[in-house]
Amino acid sequence: MRNPQLNKHGELQHLLTIDGLPRSILTAILDTAAPFTAVAEREVKKLPLLRGKSIFNLFFENSTRTRTTFEIAAKRLSADVVNLNVSTSSAAKGESLLDTVDNLSAMQADMFVVRHAASGAPFLIAQHLFATGRDHIHVVNAGDGRHAHPTQGLLDMYTIRHFKRDFTNLTVAIVGDVLHSRVARSQIGALTTLGVPEVRVIGPKTLLPTDVERLGVRVFHDIREGLRGVDVVMMLRLQNERMNGALLPTPQEFYKVWGLTAEKLALAKPDAIVMHPGPMNRGVEIDSSVADGAQAVILPQVTFGIAVRMAVMSMLAGQQGSK
Amino acid sequence: MKIRIANGRVIDPANGLDDTRDMYLADGKIVAHGRAPDGFAAERTIDATGLVVAPGLIDLAARLREPGFEYRATLESEMDAAMAGGVTSLAIPPDTDPVLDEPGLVEMLCYRAKKLNRAHVYPVGALTIGLNGERLSEMAELVEAGCVAFGQANVPVVDSAVLLRAMQYAATFGFRVWLQPLAPFLSRGFAHDGEVATRLGLPGIPTAAETIALYTHIQLARATGARLHVTRLSSAEGLALIRQARADGLDVTCDVSINHLHLSEMDIGYFNSNCHVVPPLRSQRDRDALRQGLADGSIDALCSDHTPVDDNGKLTPFSESEPGATGLELLLPLTLKWAQETGLPLGQALARVTSDAARIVGITKAGHLSAGARADLCVFDPAAHTAVRRDTLRSQGKNTPFLGLELPGRVHYTLVEGQVMHELS
Amino acid sequence: MDMQSLDAEALCKTLVEQMRPHVSPATALVGIHTGGVWLAERLHRALGLSQPPGSIDVSFYRDDFGSKGLHPQPKRTEIPFTVEGADVIIVDDVLYTGRTTRAAINELFDFGRPARVDLAVLIDRGGRELPVAPRWCALTLPEPLPANQSLQLEAGATGELTLRLIDA
Repeated sequence: MRNPQLNKHGELQHLLTIDGLPRSILTAILDTAAPFTAVAEREVKKLPLLRGKSIFNLFFENSTRTRTTFEIAAKRLSADVVNLNVSTSSAAKGESLLDTVDNLSAMQADMFVVRHAASGAPFLIAQHLFATGRDHIHVVNAGDGRHAHPTQGLLDMYTIRHFKRDFTNLTVAIVGDVLHSRVARSQIGALTTLGVPEVRVIGPKTLLPTDVERLGVRVFHDIREGLRGVDVVMMLRLQNERMNGALLPTPQEFYKVWGLTAEKLALAKPDAIVMHPGPMNRGVEIDSSVADGAQAVILPQVTFGIAVRMAVMSMLAGQQGSK
Repeated sequence: MKIRIANGRVIDPANGLDDTRDMYLADGKIVAHGRAPDGFAAERTIDATGLVVAPGLIDLAARLREPGFEYRATLESEMDAAMAGGVTSLAIPPDTDPVLDEPGLVEMLCYRAKKLNRAHVYPVGALTIGLNGERLSEMAELVEAGCVAFGQANVPVVDSAVLLRAMQYAATFGFRVWLQPLAPFLSRGFAHDGEVATRLGLPGIPTAAETIALYTHIQLARATGARLHVTRLSSAEGLALIRQARADGLDVTCDVSINHLHLSEMDIGYFNSNCHVVPPLRSQRDRDALRQGLADGSIDALCSDHTPVDDNGKLTPFSESEPGATGLELLLPLTLKWAQETGLPLGQALARVTSDAARIVGITKAGHLSAGARADLCVFDPAAHTAVRRDTLRSQGKNTPFLGLELPGRVHYTLVEGQVMHELS
Repeated sequence: MDMQSLDAEALCKTLVEQMRPHVSPATALVGIHTGGVWLAERLHRALGLSQPPGSIDVSFYRDDFGSKGLHPQPKRTEIPFTVEGADVIIVDDVLYTGRTTRAAINELFDFGRPARVDLAVLIDRGGRELPVAPRWCALTLPEPLPANQSLQLEAGATGELTLRLIDA
């Protein structure tokens, strides 16, 4: 089966998921991101790389935060950015996803940054562009359903490499709602591809997907056992709608059993770092003393996120489709 | 019209027949094998040298999309597909729009089909009004209108008390009840709850959705004496429940679709919405068990579960796509493929789409080649291969997981009541 | 001329002597990756400058991004001095079309407005496509180098510089 992310030369054409990408491409993205981190310190925080390119932020699901980081990244590369909250426009009028894409392609888009509530939507767009001979247009997945959030996964890897240098001797724990988390799936894909020898997932059975071990992780239900000796703790956001009901009794109980507190974090290595993709629910999945503590690297994650997205966009825009 | 079918390899699973001989048709019936009856003057001779002459296929589930969904397919287009596929009898699930819960609708469907004079249709009436799982349909009236059984297509009855009453009522008349085992709340996903769904982030449907419903159906069949036919089995565990029920002496039959016989969750690949079917494609272990079960007779029949879905229904994200796949023209090729892959004799494989299927629908005049039988025939070349392509499929639904594949078998002639309704050009 | 006989170390000395009368301790050097960076370090020591030398990777400013894409593994541009009002000398090993110099000047200006920018190169191989001229140049080839050849500065294990002619 043709990997829809790669062009016929094996180069990255779209970024849709971490799954199936070779380690060399992940490493190249992280390497490319490094020089971009310095751009923010300059007098002129802009590079001319994507001058004249049009990037459409196509958000079928609202997310000001993610959209903003993509927007900043694109603008720092001098691209023209068009933001579309499709959830409030065409989709409401019954226009199909691919009709929307066709319309925007006709406006000379060079890249779509797509957020959608359904898993696989960016794949559908990429396949449609390929089938209609428009694969000079690139697609970046900015989060699809429960499936993937590859730029988040990559910025997390950048953060880990920044603080820990090497992936091949780490133990990493992912804590919380793995079942509904596209972030967790991208993190697991990236960590295993980059050679992390032990990836753990920690949470109640209701929040861990079936057969998750097949993704190459060790399953823990007891957070104390799971955090013992880890180098990196990656917390996941617990969505409000999951807190009360059939998956969990109450947010209070979740905090008591799985919330990251200083006392539980003490079981990890003394130099362990704590990450969170944001926005955080303080007092639900993470205690404020940890979120604001010395081991938290949550704000550097945000900074690195812009550089990683700049790297992805400029690598993709540099590929000339099937040419 | 008097027709002589000369020199074909005649396979008639019902009679354990598999040899080369001539067959003679007259007045829509099979009149003789081997030697022509006295005074028989063939108006047409079909040279079947190198071809198999088999009973026309009987498909236990073909949605023709009439009434209600004519934009997706029409009786005409789907009858063409049936003829091209050598399928001469179709059981029609009740999930049309409106559903087949009124005698008038059923009569109209039968009348329209008869006028087209191609495949015979056998409507499965709605077990409950509107498939809503609340009120019983007029089963006795519906049978008079032409229904051969009662079912819910893939809309489960939520209230087991209603299901119990419906099965009791059907059992009063000895009507067959065809039920698809789908536990209502557990079936709210889009793919088998396993590794692939986990990887792709698709809400999963656990195997328990099938086994729980199946167990309920079996218990209710036992309690009511209803004749249960289980449609579209998908799991090894489900198959084990069927075997157990049979061992316990229950008269229960079941079928599997061509999709579940050949595919697994792995075929979803990168969100291929053509693999979005009900029930979901399960694991490779499940698929292997179903293949074995169909071979040893634990599963009685193979069906196409033909569900034409137009491109608008499939060119959407997987979870938003309409479930279903085109299958009428693939039923024979995929029966042959399964037979080849499992090393099953052709006659035994064909039984699952002819005589065994006939037994489940209650067809006696077809599904076999005895003298006096309806001359519904499928004459095909088992050695030829056909590519599955959008532009060669006759069905208006062009979406199937098998697109692009080369499959064994090519239908040369389809005869219905002794008339050649399809001829390879 | 015999390209194999080019002596990078000797050319380096020539360049230092050319530049010496014109620099002050406050003059800032910026080398272009990769050869220009080695050369800038060498010049910095030999000229006794006080500002630490900077380095520029012009990957993000190249004008062939549209046709060739991003160069793999770009290096970080490091400018360790204040560009605003500085006297800056851009240092490169080989001057060819002038496009790299153009990109480096553009990038430099994104760090501030320098008082003056000069260009020092080891070798001018000819083939200019932009109005760019070095102020100091240790050797100008009498005949432009054919387009299918390139000259590369290399640094040995002990830091000695050599020039290599590569056939594309």
